[in-house]
Amino acid sequence: MTAGKRTRIRIGTPLIYAALTLFALACLLPMLLTLAVSLSDEDSIVAHGYRLLPDRWSLDGYRTILVNGGLIFRGYLISFIVTIAGSFLALFVTALAAYPMANPSVKYRNVLALYFFITMLFNGGLVPWYLMCTRLGLTNNLLALIVPSLMFNAFNLFLVKNFMESLPGALRESAYIDGANDLRIAFRIYMPLCTPVLATVTLFYALAYWNDWFNAIMLVDDKRLYPLQYILFQMRSNIQMLDMLPNGATTDYTLPAESAKMATVILTIGPIVFLYPYLQRYFTKGLIIGSVKG
Amino acid sequence: MARFFREVTRNRYCYLLVLPAMAYVFLFSYATYPYLLIAFQRFDYRKGLLNADWVGLDNFRFFFQSNDAMRVTLNTIQLNVLFLVAVTVVSVALALLFNEIRSKLFAKFAQTTMIFPSFLSWIIVSYMMYSLFASDYGIINQGLAALGLTPVNWYSTPNAWPAILVGMKVWKDAGMSSIIYLAAIAGIDGSLYESADIDGATRWQKTIRITLPLLAPTVAILTLLNLGKIFYGDFGMIYALIGDNGVLYPTTDVIDTYVFRALRQIGDPSNAAAVGLFQSTVGLLLVFIANWLTRRFFKEGALY
Repeated sequence: MTAGKRTRIRIGTPLIYAALTLFALACLLPMLLTLAVSLSDEDSIVAHGYRLLPDRWSLDGYRTILVNGGLIFRGYLISFIVTIAGSFLALFVTALAAYPMANPSVKYRNVLALYFFITMLFNGGLVPWYLMCTRLGLTNNLLALIVPSLMFNAFNLFLVKNFMESLPGALRESAYIDGANDLRIAFRIYMPLCTPVLATVTLFYALAYWNDWFNAIMLVDDKRLYPLQYILFQMRSNIQMLDMLPNGATTDYTLPAESAKMATVILTIGPIVFLYPYLQRYFTKGLIIGSVKG
Repeated sequence: MARFFREVTRNRYCYLLVLPAMAYVFLFSYATYPYLLIAFQRFDYRKGLLNADWVGLDNFRFFFQSNDAMRVTLNTIQLNVLFLVAVTVVSVALALLFNEIRSKLFAKFAQTTMIFPSFLSWIIVSYMMYSLFASDYGIINQGLAALGLTPVNWYSTPNAWPAILVGMKVWKDAGMSSIIYLAAIAGIDGSLYESADIDGATRWQKTIRITLPLLAPTVAILTLLNLGKIFYGDFGMIYALIGDNGVLYPTTDVIDTYVFRALRQIGDPSNAAAVGLFQSTVGLLLVFIANWLTRRFFKEGALY
């Protein structure tokens, strides 16, 4: 009996490694496949389908985007502008609001917390939100991609607020005694001390903006304003692909549609891969604080 | 009232700082609530909210008498329950496995790979999914053909999709949520394991008797939190992966995609608003129930 148990443990460790390796590979495989297709020769895709190791490698997919991808470049630019402007604004709104809510001398801070909390429990849904956006003129312009839905998130607010509450209150009180007002304390003392949590929150916002296509599908019809993600959404069929690459539709030239599509996917993931070390560090930290302790 | 003004003037800078966020939430949440009234109207964009014709409960009647009501409601609940169970089981299992690993380098490497999909948008995921499931070029059909089996036209086989969607959800989310459970395991008092070692407990016994029971509250709290959201379909996921592929609606169409189509494609905002109101109301009720349950069993984990 005991002997049986011991052998089971001995074979247990390799099994654990095997199971984890398997899941990690399953996570990696679709991404590698996408990368491989983006670097495949179009003829070998048509002949053999998507392969991890294609018969012939080729940069035609990327070349097509480089030569003909006017809208894709534009989309890249739009995505960058929206992400940078949006996360900056969102950080600003969130960080400013967190300070008073973490300040015990603000008597109505619980009312404020409730005010924000209610919106986490109940929202009117898509239609009232949509009608409000159209009413505010947030259609077919850059602001429509930046302002609605993404510019403030109550979860992030509470994350920053909780962090500020963990700082010693004596900081604020001694600054009061030295004659500083709340604006000064917030900007000069609290914001610098909150850098880690503000970095986390900024990354949360930036990723949400970079990955967003909801605002585009709801509020933007003008092709020149499509962010990258929405271009990908539109590009899923090859006919729509031709539409996005207006100069590529000549008869004597077969468009490397499959590889070009996957190349666009890879280019869209690019900035995420680039920022991945930071994303991993701050994201997991913020998520753990928000869900286990928060 | 005088006390209110005294407080506001005394902390004027603080209230000034919170003002942008308050205004934002007011505009995009509170101020949108009156538009819920269009659920009881035949709304017309030109006439606006105040001059529209009132139709009572007609929009609700239209929805509940259609075949769609049952389908989208059941699909929403069914898919969410499947997602919740699958992601929880897999991520708890991953966390328990990671907890047994001594090699820091391996753990780091495996986690880096598993977390990555959670940073991708569902649009990106839809392309990766396509590279697996495409009927002509997809890897899975190539595999089936190599084994001498008939390739399946996945994108016109509705019955396969609950499983595919669950798989994609686990693929994208399990790695990240295992990190949360791993953090909870790290918080378990180490002396428990030491005394178990002295008593000669095996690794398996320690996992079953110590780690799992102590992890259970975290699992339960996070599950209850998600239970409150069970009436909200994941629009970003479903619409990115399924799109307007009507063949797959029987198993994949959820309330949120239905509302989206009613509003943006069919162009019937009143019907869409009625369904949305139904969803928000039941959703709120579920949050209350979930929170009541949490408070009942795990006092510190309750939302409010």
